[in-house]
Amino acid sequence: MSGLEIVFLVVALVTLYAALEVVTTNNLIHAALWLIVTLLGVATLYVLLNATFLAVVQVMVYIGAIAILMIFAIMLTRKIGEAAEDQTNQNWPVAAVFGFLMFAGLSVIVVFSGKNAIMQGAVDSGQIVTELGQVLVSPNAYVLPFELASVLLLAALVGAIVVAWKK
Amino acid sequence: MISMNWFLIFAAALFSIGLYGVLARKNAILILMGIELMLNAVNINLVTFWRYTNPAVVTGQVFAIIVFAVAAAEVAVGLALVISIYRRRHTIAANEIDLMKW
Repeated sequence: MSGLEIVFLVVALVTLYAALEVVTTNNLIHAALWLIVTLLGVATLYVLLNATFLAVVQVMVYIGAIAILMIFAIMLTRKIGEAAEDQTNQNWPVAAVFGFLMFAGLSVIVVFSGKNAIMQGAVDSGQIVTELGQVLVSPNAYVLPFELASVLLLAALVGAIVVAWKK
Repeated sequence: MISMNWFLIFAAALFSIGLYGVLARKNAILILMGIELMLNAVNINLVTFWRYTNPAVVTGQVFAIIVFAVAAAEVAVGLALVISIYRRRHTIAANEIDLMKW
């Protein structure tokens, strides 16, 4: 077993444990903190996949913006000093069965599809970032989805302000 | 070298945990966290397929960046809705927001 594989296994186990804590803990703030651990683990996996730019974006957007936004929302919608109540609804056994069936089905497909490709040589990260920047603004590539994403973000920004506006 | 299946099975596990979170949680913010876990699992799949097929073509990474943008928009609007609902009904438990249920 190579060093990279050991790193992968450790990161994967920590990430999955943190994800399980996110969906089982009754304390909302703890759930948000475990979510940050999960997102950090996913960022580490991006590094293992040589997608360094995405790892940085993951830390900035997910941990820096989304997780903090969630902590703000938790603090705004909770009565101070309230005891942590049970946050799982009565349908959780059905949900657990669905989750397990989804995992089993996907794993069977992955293992028996017989397409276990090997990693293609080394990747020049700087080269990839240059390429990424070019295709995102190139008319022959992805400029339209890129601009649509910016319009979507603007609409979400305006929509969030309007929805949360105090009447 | 890490086998591609490891990443795919990890993503499958993360997606299933997120699915469980969406189905089994009461609090609307915790449901949104489950959705985040699922979106992250999808992103890992996209980046894995980019890395293991043809890294010179960055389409997989472009997809992942669009998913980032959509996730940010979804969380911003979702949490604004949560705060708005809390202001009117003083609860964000999904099973108590039943005005349109009969």
